[in-house]
Amino acid sequence: MGILDSKVPSGPLADKWTEHKNKINLVNPANKRNIDVIVVGTGLAGGSAAATLAELGYNVKTFCYQDSPRRAHSIAAQGGINAAKNYQGDGDSAYRLFYDTIKGGDYRSREANVYRLAEESANIIDQCVAQGVPFARDYGGLLDNRSFGGVLVSRTFYAKGQTGQQLLLGAYSAMNRQINRGKIKPFNRHEMMDLVLVNGKARGIIARDLKTGEIERHSAHAVVLATGGYGNVFFLSTNAMGSNVMAAWRAHRRGAFFANPCFTQIHPTCIPVSGDHQSKLTLMSESLRNDGRIWVPKRIEDAQAIREGKMKPTQLKEEDRDYYLERRYPAFGNLVPRDVASRAAKERCDAGFGVNKTGEAVYLDFASAIQRYGKEAALTSGMKDADDKTITQLGKDVIEAKYGNLFQMYEKIVDENPYETPMMIYPAVHYTMGGLWVDYNLQTTIEGCYCAGEANFSDHGANRLGASALMQGLADGYFVLPYTIGDYLSHDIRTGKIPTDSPEFDKAESEVKDRINKLMSGTGEHSVDYYHKKLGKIMWNKCGMARNEQGLKEAIEEISALRTDFWKNVKVTGVADGMNAELEKAGRVADFLELGELFAKDALTRNESCGGHFREEYQTEEGEALRDDENFKFVSAWEYKGEPKDAVLHKEDLVYENIELKTRSYK
Amino acid sequence: MRLNLKIWRQKDANSKGQMVDYTIKGVEGDMSFLEMLDVLNEELINKGEEPVHFDHDCREGICGACSLQINGEPHGPDRLVTTCQLHMRKFNDGDTIVIEPFRATAFPVIKDLVVDRSAFDRIQQAGGYISVNTSGNTVDANATPIEKEKADDSFYAATCIGCGACVAACKNASAMLFTSAKVSQFALLPQGRVEATERVQNMVRQMDLEGFGNCTNTGACEVECPKGISLENIARMNREYLNATVKG
Ligand SMILES: Cc1cc2nc3c(=O)[nH]c(=O)nc-3n(C[C@H](O)[C@H](O)[C@H](O)COP(=O)(O)OP(=O)(O)OC[C@H]3O[C@@H](n4cnc5c(N)ncnc54)[C@H](O)[C@@H]3O)c2cc1C
Ligand code: SF4
Ligand code: FES
Repeated sequence: MGILDSKVPSGPLADKWTEHKNKINLVNPANKRNIDVIVVGTGLAGGSAAATLAELGYNVKTFCYQDSPRRAHSIAAQGGINAAKNYQGDGDSAYRLFYDTIKGGDYRSREANVYRLAEESANIIDQCVAQGVPFARDYGGLLDNRSFGGVLVSRTFYAKGQTGQQLLLGAYSAMNRQINRGKIKPFNRHEMMDLVLVNGKARGIIARDLKTGEIERHSAHAVVLATGGYGNVFFLSTNAMGSNVMAAWRAHRRGAFFANPCFTQIHPTCIPVSGDHQSKLTLMSESLRNDGRIWVPKRIEDAQAIREGKMKPTQLKEEDRDYYLERRYPAFGNLVPRDVASRAAKERCDAGFGVNKTGEAVYLDFASAIQRYGKEAALTSGMKDADDKTITQLGKDVIEAKYGNLFQMYEKIVDENPYETPMMIYPAVHYTMGGLWVDYNLQTTIEGCYCAGEANFSDHGANRLGASALMQGLADGYFVLPYTIGDYLSHDIRTGKIPTDSPEFDKAESEVKDRINKLMSGTGEHSVDYYHKKLGKIMWNKCGMARNEQGLKEAIEEISALRTDFWKNVKVTGVADGMNAELEKAGRVADFLELGELFAKDALTRNESCGGHFREEYQTEEGEALRDDENFKFVSAWEYKGEPKDAVLHKEDLVYENIELKTRSYK
Repeated sequence: MRLNLKIWRQKDANSKGQMVDYTIKGVEGDMSFLEMLDVLNEELINKGEEPVHFDHDCREGICGACSLQINGEPHGPDRLVTTCQLHMRKFNDGDTIVIEPFRATAFPVIKDLVVDRSAFDRIQQAGGYISVNTSGNTVDANATPIEKEKADDSFYAATCIGCGACVAACKNASAMLFTSAKVSQFALLPQGRVEATERVQNMVRQMDLEGFGNCTNTGACEVECPKGISLENIARMNREYLNATVKG
């Protein structure tokens, strides 16, 4: 076991980033023209990084598996992006955002990184507005804000329920400007299959052209991975169908440590599973918790009657409802952080109070918000004694203006009108805090291999606060990585082009081809989805919202056996030298089958509960997570040694100089 | 339910394609259209056949990847939804469903139902941006207030997902709705006005180069657009273009 150096600069917290930027080596503009950078991933993190790197003068190649950078899964983010602008004058500041993020992450993130993120947050909003991102505005023409869970200020900027779309299209347009200038060369419908190291440094990738099946070599002086999260290891999640861990996992196999794989976020407000055919889960944005109240029936008989379709939720009187978040957490109420809200929902459903056919759903109710907004709207439009019907209609209009697209999405999927009857929701896998370990400069443990956005582990500890992933992706991409990478690249100004005909490239390419051949030659018992679904079930049942030692041990055995079976019996039809969606899936699932085991091993090693990692053995009497700062105040960073069971644990001790560790309380 | 499917199968860009018949049983109303195809594909794989290829990713109507022509309509019979959000409850037991790729000269077929929409990217590259550096030295975001109504209209134009249904719906395969949505988004904002002239000229030029047809105002695009992008955007782009031409 080794100790990792996070390269956090010394000095006072608030000065670290500025000081660091002042000291960093720069590459002069003429030399930048001789330096190539590969950016894998064109979501918020990769798209923004590619744009700024190109603008600084580097030659950039981007890669994404979709047919266009505009389709990266960042597009699906709904609710908003945080920034410490304090436009509402409610006492917000960079320090408060920093503090909320560390606390929200249950004291398992790195102070210096989080402070830098909070510092850069305001800059993001300025930048995006300058690029023409149409954020929501108030009637005075200024930017509007809403609140997200786990905080007491209003600092979330949004564009209706399509914030991620608007931010991504902003980054995409910045990329397009650089593509038009010839500074970015985009490789769409390309998948990174491996990382190539030359003399221990990342010097390129092997990619597969998904249209033709051709295996290609691409070299560069540095490689940036911004390939998103690995929530799809659970099969069902709110991630896109193609979201995967391949790029990060290939880098891991080449020497990049994988940090905190078991830190996963289960989001409390998703549309419940409807049947076995289900291919993915749909999020209902956390912003809905600004106005929606979460409840289940107080009496178990009523819950049963509702499940059997004998009673409607609207028939239940106020006093017969249990607004359990408001009851348990009066200070934060419906706006507790995600991990707390998810566990509370599970607790009620496990106790028999679930409200849909499967018993795994709770209500998210807008009736009182509709009345509240309706009354206000009536007054401001001069109607002193508006009748109930008018008030309700006015209230619905306000709700529609705020959340219209989410309500429409819900209605299309569930076939019920959420303006009339409460939504049904249940927790689902949503985000992965774990990822490749990076130092303060966002460099992994492989020299020249950087990692940004959801793919790295850096800023959210054991639980991410809502609206902070978009902030992190853009801060990493626009403002952090393009500078820190310069320090590394300043040593490469005389290196010249990296050749792709070296033995290292030969070897990496032939390994990729072998792997593809092996996948194509399985004897053919079962489809890829068969294995993926099985893996997902193991993960959800044994590594999900609550974990325990025995379950985790079983998970490790079961996943390992499933992996062996997969390599023997998977059936991939079609050919390797052409478009083949099954082959793409097979490669991704093969990596999930390794990651899943490491995930369970990590969860088993962490004998405490913190944030999204809830070990049943470690809880308070009231069922809250019981952290163990004495023994587990560290980042686990796993080194690849062949099979996941042989992975070696390295620790990065977390040092808190500016924040006092406390038991997280939202009561 | 039990359904008869007629699906366009085409091995690759250079092969000739054809319609192939399949029947599928046990389809439930709660399934999405793509989940129905997942079930079919699982059956095909188990028989050792190649699954039907189609583009998809988010499966929640926002990435714009899915792109099927269902019974002659882009994204099928429901309004304001993408194919991935279309649910099987819109169909009846025994129905025959014809599934084809989006058809347009500028969208060549790659395989089965997958088409190449990179022409859309190139239109955006020609001018779909504001030329501002991204290294973060801009003015405060609230320095220029923007009328709520204009900001909202700009937002609505910006919600285009780049799916191409507008092109597939149009008998001329025109890309006016798509292009005008981006032109409008920026034209409505003060920060976008600076380059308005150049932008509209460059984007329209690229659109023509890609082989999209002319707009004859049939309005079919607006009807089929899953995001409700309005024809007003085309009118706005025409005005912008006219102004630009007058300015020379
Ligand atoms: C439904 C949903 C709603 C959300 N809402 C919010 C919100 O309101 N606020 C918030 O802050 N966060 C939200 N999040 C989280 C946030 O959207 C993501 O964490 C963030 O957008 C991730 O950005 P990224 O750039 O790291 O990765 P992504 O956007 O996922 O991009 C990954 C990129 O990598 C590419 N890629 C992956 N593997 C490979 C490979 N092997 N080869 C080549 N390319 C590859 C992909 O093509 C893609 O371009 C939400 C997430 C989801 C799923
Ligand atoms: S305008 Fe509508 S139909 Fe056309 S690409 Fe945009 S979203 Fe799709
Ligand atoms: S799959 Fe993304 S819009 Fe349909």
